[in-house]
Amino acid sequence: MTEVDARGLSCPIPVVETKKALKAHPEGVCVLVDSKVCVENVSRYATAMGYNPKAVEKNGEWTIEIKK
Amino acid sequence: MNGTKEKRNLLIGGLVIGIIAVGLVLLGNPKNMGFCIACFIRDIAGATKLHTAGVVQYVRPEIIGLVLGSFLTAVCFKEFKPRGGSAPMTRFIISVIVMIGALMFLGCPFRMILRLAGGDLNALVALIGFICGIATACFFLNKGFNLGKTYPQRGLEGTTLPAINVLLLVLAVAVPTFFAISEKGPGSQHAAIAISLVAGLAVGFIAQKTRLCMVGGIRDVILLKDWTLLIGFAAIFVSALVMNLATGNFKLGFEGQPVAQTNQLFNFLGMYAVGLGCAMLGGCPLRQLILAGEGNSDSAISVLGMFVGAALVHNFGLQGNAVDGLPATQGKVAVILGIVILLAIACYYTFAKKGENK
Repeated sequence: MTEVDARGLSCPIPVVETKKALKAHPEGVCVLVDSKVCVENVSRYATAMGYNPKAVEKNGEWTIEIKK
Repeated sequence: MNGTKEKRNLLIGGLVIGIIAVGLVLLGNPKNMGFCIACFIRDIAGATKLHTAGVVQYVRPEIIGLVLGSFLTAVCFKEFKPRGGSAPMTRFIISVIVMIGALMFLGCPFRMILRLAGGDLNALVALIGFICGIATACFFLNKGFNLGKTYPQRGLEGTTLPAINVLLLVLAVAVPTFFAISEKGPGSQHAAIAISLVAGLAVGFIAQKTRLCMVGGIRDVILLKDWTLLIGFAAIFVSALVMNLATGNFKLGFEGQPVAQTNQLFNFLGMYAVGLGCAMLGGCPLRQLILAGEGNSDSAISVLGMFVGAALVHNFGLQGNAVDGLPATQGKVAVILGIVILLAIACYYTFAKKGENK
């Protein structure tokens, strides 16, 4: 799965990057973020686009798997 | 947090903030200025004698409360995370310009909503400028605008601004004569220290939990067609409007509005600069205070930029003139030059990436 590394980036950039990645890979992408706000924003965007995002936390970093 | 709960919290949070804001006016704050991050940072800059404009000098406990409210909330909910290092000097300059724009209009985005809710139509012109500024920033964001990554920092880096605010509070309570305090004008109008502080803490808590941001709301609609954050913005407007109507503080019109200026071109351009600059920073002045409380030292630098910006504005007479409505030439030049600099910075961080270490 295509990976978007948005760690250290502040919103809205992780969401913009997710948007671009999903446009290129409509089947789904994996987004790495390191703040809860970004998890919320990326997940909200993915849900609005009809995906089913799942975030898993590990040491203050999250991997959000975005699939249909 | 799922979407519905998030929206509900923003709605309730926004309504409560609107009530607190008008409540502060009823308890002594200047009209339509229950909260104004730009004005209050300027007042603190005056109180600490960075500028000597006699009418706007007071250590506003609301600001201290916002930072500490966010800090305590972030610590309690394990969201305190010291981080920084994303183009701090550039953020400082952007923040100086944001302050120049805000003090031309005479208010931050938060006060713009409160002024609208008080019937001040100058704020409507400013809102259009603000939206245009954010739309301009969205253009750059879509093209790849990025000030760069932040990196984890040591604890002290993230606690410095909250600590400064504790010190400011202790000094303001223990030795108030240490600071300059306005005897007339907006700086002399304020609620009691304890009330202002508690109001700041409460709004700091709400804003930290809900991620409320005046810039983010409009930005998300333009960029992502996401209306979530705008709910907070709208809720503040509605509750402040109802409160103003109920307490006789609503006055519709352009003329004679409290702490306002009527040069509409510069109301527009001032808030255009604020919208553009804040969207580049990633959040409105309120959000910068909240993020600084969460340990973000880039946002702390932005707060310092606004602090210095406010001093520059009053030392060089760049502010919007609330008396006869005509801003001075140097103020107009500063706003226009500020917008040009913001656009140049936006171009640089969007297009000039090749050959750099990212």
